[in-house]
Amino acid sequence: MRPLLSVRDIKRHYQVRVPGGFFGRDALLKAVDGLSFDINRGETLGLVGESGCGKSTTARLVMGHIPLTAGSVAFDGQPVTARHDSDWRAMRRRMQMVYQDTLGALDRRLTISEQIGEPFAIHEPVMTAGQRHERALSLMDSVGLRADMARRFPHELSGGQRQRVVIARALALSPDLLVCDEPVSALDVSIQAQVLNLLDDLREQTGFAALFISHDLKVVRQMSDRVAVMYLGKIVETGAPEAVFKRAQHPYTKALISAIPTPRNRGRRERIVLEGDPPSPVDVPPGCAFHTRCPLAMTQCRLDTPLLSGDGDHLVACHAIHQSAQSAPLAAE
Amino acid sequence: MLRYALLRIARALVTVSLIVSIAFVILRLSGDPAIIILGPEAPPEAFKAFRHAWGLDQPIWVQYLKYFNAIFHGDLGNSMRDGRSALQVVGERIPLTLAITIPALFLKVLIGLPAGVYAALHRNTAIDRLIMTLSVFGFTVPSFVLGLVLAMIFAVKLGWLPSGGSDTWLHAVLPIFTMGMIGAAVIARFTRSAMLEVLGQPYIRTASAKGLVWRDVVVAHALPNAAIPTLTIVGFMVGSLVAGAVVVESVFSWPGVGRLLVTAVANRDLAVVQVILLFVGFTMVLANLIVDLLYGWVDPRLRTKRLQAGT
Amino acid sequence: MTIDTGNLNPTSQVSRPSGGSFFTSKGRYRAFFETWPPIVLIALFFIGLAIFVVATAPLIAPYDFMAMDLRDRLTPPALFGGTWAHPLGTDELGRDLLSRLIISIRVSMMIAFLSTLIAGTLGITLGFLAAYFRGRVEQLIMMLIDAQASMPFMIIALAVLAFLGNSLFLFIVLMGFYGWERIARIARGLAIAATEQGYATSVRDLGASPMRIYGRHILPNIASTLIVSMTLNFPEVILLESGLSFLGLGVQPPMTSLGNMVGYGRDYIQSAPWIMLVPSAAIVLTTLSISIVGDWMRDRFDPTLR
Repeated sequence: MRPLLSVRDIKRHYQVRVPGGFFGRDALLKAVDGLSFDINRGETLGLVGESGCGKSTTARLVMGHIPLTAGSVAFDGQPVTARHDSDWRAMRRRMQMVYQDTLGALDRRLTISEQIGEPFAIHEPVMTAGQRHERALSLMDSVGLRADMARRFPHELSGGQRQRVVIARALALSPDLLVCDEPVSALDVSIQAQVLNLLDDLREQTGFAALFISHDLKVVRQMSDRVAVMYLGKIVETGAPEAVFKRAQHPYTKALISAIPTPRNRGRRERIVLEGDPPSPVDVPPGCAFHTRCPLAMTQCRLDTPLLSGDGDHLVACHAIHQSAQSAPLAAE
Repeated sequence: MLRYALLRIARALVTVSLIVSIAFVILRLSGDPAIIILGPEAPPEAFKAFRHAWGLDQPIWVQYLKYFNAIFHGDLGNSMRDGRSALQVVGERIPLTLAITIPALFLKVLIGLPAGVYAALHRNTAIDRLIMTLSVFGFTVPSFVLGLVLAMIFAVKLGWLPSGGSDTWLHAVLPIFTMGMIGAAVIARFTRSAMLEVLGQPYIRTASAKGLVWRDVVVAHALPNAAIPTLTIVGFMVGSLVAGAVVVESVFSWPGVGRLLVTAVANRDLAVVQVILLFVGFTMVLANLIVDLLYGWVDPRLRTKRLQAGT
Repeated sequence: MTIDTGNLNPTSQVSRPSGGSFFTSKGRYRAFFETWPPIVLIALFFIGLAIFVVATAPLIAPYDFMAMDLRDRLTPPALFGGTWAHPLGTDELGRDLLSRLIISIRVSMMIAFLSTLIAGTLGITLGFLAAYFRGRVEQLIMMLIDAQASMPFMIIALAVLAFLGNSLFLFIVLMGFYGWERIARIARGLAIAATEQGYATSVRDLGASPMRIYGRHILPNIASTLIVSMTLNFPEVILLESGLSFLGLGVQPPMTSLGNMVGYGRDYIQSAPWIMLVPSAAIVLTTLSISIVGDWMRDRFDPTLR
């Protein structure tokens, strides 16, 4: 079966000026550098990584906000481009987005009911204002907003309530794909859980697929059917949440997981502390981007870029892991 | 810096050609020159001969290029009123206009600049309010009203000064004063807001916090930075020395370029109007260019920023 | 927070009238005049008066503004030796100055209003086009803006009037080109800022057309700034129109406008100065009032402008 969303080797490079030379010098910022993944109908892919690793750029490329430098994004077989023509607009019926900044995502001059009803005004012009309001009210009910909030304005709501408005608006036309870019990171922890549960419930009811982006491993783990870990514009490890979180292979994933503060692993698991900061995406080192901080770095890592490979669904891009996997049968003999 | 200067000069040339092009378009829009010059009752042969003689039967882009060429050679046609070269007609009026506009410019800067700085440094005092109130009047009182009121007081009631003409230097006093007062109000307001903005900047507070005498802070830090926006408005005034005189020259019957323009417009003496239009355009572009180059010299940030935007 | 030392002074406590009303009412007055400074109230009053005159001009004018009465020429205003038959006196043809003033205010205000509307529409459209297309379209529009801003408008207006001749319609359109470049600059800047903010992007993500994004979302969000800048444009158009009409190149007789009246009155500056002073005062009062209100609106609603 054809996947709903098919992303093939997408790249997004920026020409930037960095200090150096007399007037500064040109450099290439590789925000996203060769990313491939599929999302099937009804499936949720979690994308996790540190800030600045290219997660949000990936979301914007998938939505067609900004042009691709290379590669392709296909939604249900149709290419997604950044040419905002009528085809692009029609495609929005089926792919929607949930944002981190909820206050920014809503027009501060429109009431909640008008905001939620807007997709109908755009895509179903025959609908009357009254009908739109009815639909908005039922959507509000399904995301747990009280009907008396319909006449309020965004700034009169709390962050969690605003995120419910954004979700209701995004789901108004029952899209097939929902791109969630850090949907809960601006919210209080207690509110986070409510919004995540809401998304989970709605997914069960309506069956949308999702690209779920977060820097928070726990959140990604809760929401995803599959997880991909990003480092400096590339996927370093991908697989089922159980596999990636319980049997992490890539040294970067291991370091990330060891940094999750939970009461249980205190003292039991050794925390892997990465040295140094991630290199700036302007100066990505050749070879494996992680080798500057990697405890397992070898000569090969400075030369060749490792490819994603492994058995089954659990793939990892690391020379050290690949080598030990090859040598393991030998050692057993 | 050289690259910045070249970029500015290239832009100025583009603007000049834009002005010439607009003049060409308006000229063509104004109707068939043959009818305007010969009158609608002239015989058809005369029209044909006229159009051929002036190249009006050629394609429009040929006419356009010829127009550019003619302007390059200073061939701008003859005044319809006395048949002399339009360039000459305008040229002989220019000194008279400069005779009142240059002193007026000095007056504007000499009054406006100190008033604006003083008002900013004594913000919200009575003198600041007085200066700003006068400045608002400068913005809202039309120059012809001010001119006529001054003429009424000093010429009609008191009889100290002549109300019109250009025979003696006394005739120049009222026009200079009228232009100077209105321009000073504009400069004062600009300078004041520029100063206030600079005075609110962190580096000014730092400079005074590190113990510099306030007077030195103002002279060394605030004034040079506030000068930049003020420079723009003064540059615009320099460029519009002629344009600014149109109304005032008419009020005081001062026979400069401005008054010539008004009569030329009233008589539809197109050649003369065109020369004045191009003349004003060129002086504006030149003044803007000089201001831009001064900017680059005063504010080094600007030249690198623009350079980067340009690359 | 400021501490009012007067309240701490025991004598003032003793001497205050019964109840707390004295201080509260004083505070209320002060608060009222802080939000509505007296000068702004006066300016608003004059604007209201001008709007009333514009709306009802033919009804409240005591005479036909063109009616001549050669026996009653050059009569001074009522308080300066004239009669109440002509409260502001008459001109050289015996026409009632009050009636002419009322019609002139109507004409001048209408021209300024329509022109500002044209400038606003033109500026907002071009500014939005620049913000939407960016690239070459934006560069072209910015070049037009720079060219317009670098030429004194008076010269452009005179040249156009010379080349194209004068009619009221053309004159209004011509005045409509005054100030569009400032509005276009503001509209472009605000629209670009808005598209970089979330709400415009998120509405585009819903599938909204550019017309909808710019018309229903960006325009209402930046309208207050645009209205303020159009208000500030208004008195400048009045000054320009009256200047051209004063030179005899604007509104043509038998129509009359404020500048027109001053232009014809200047010939009688010696014998009948009121002919010129009355319309001059009207020009100054309207432009001053609108400027004051415009500045006040800018400070109050939109600190980002200038």
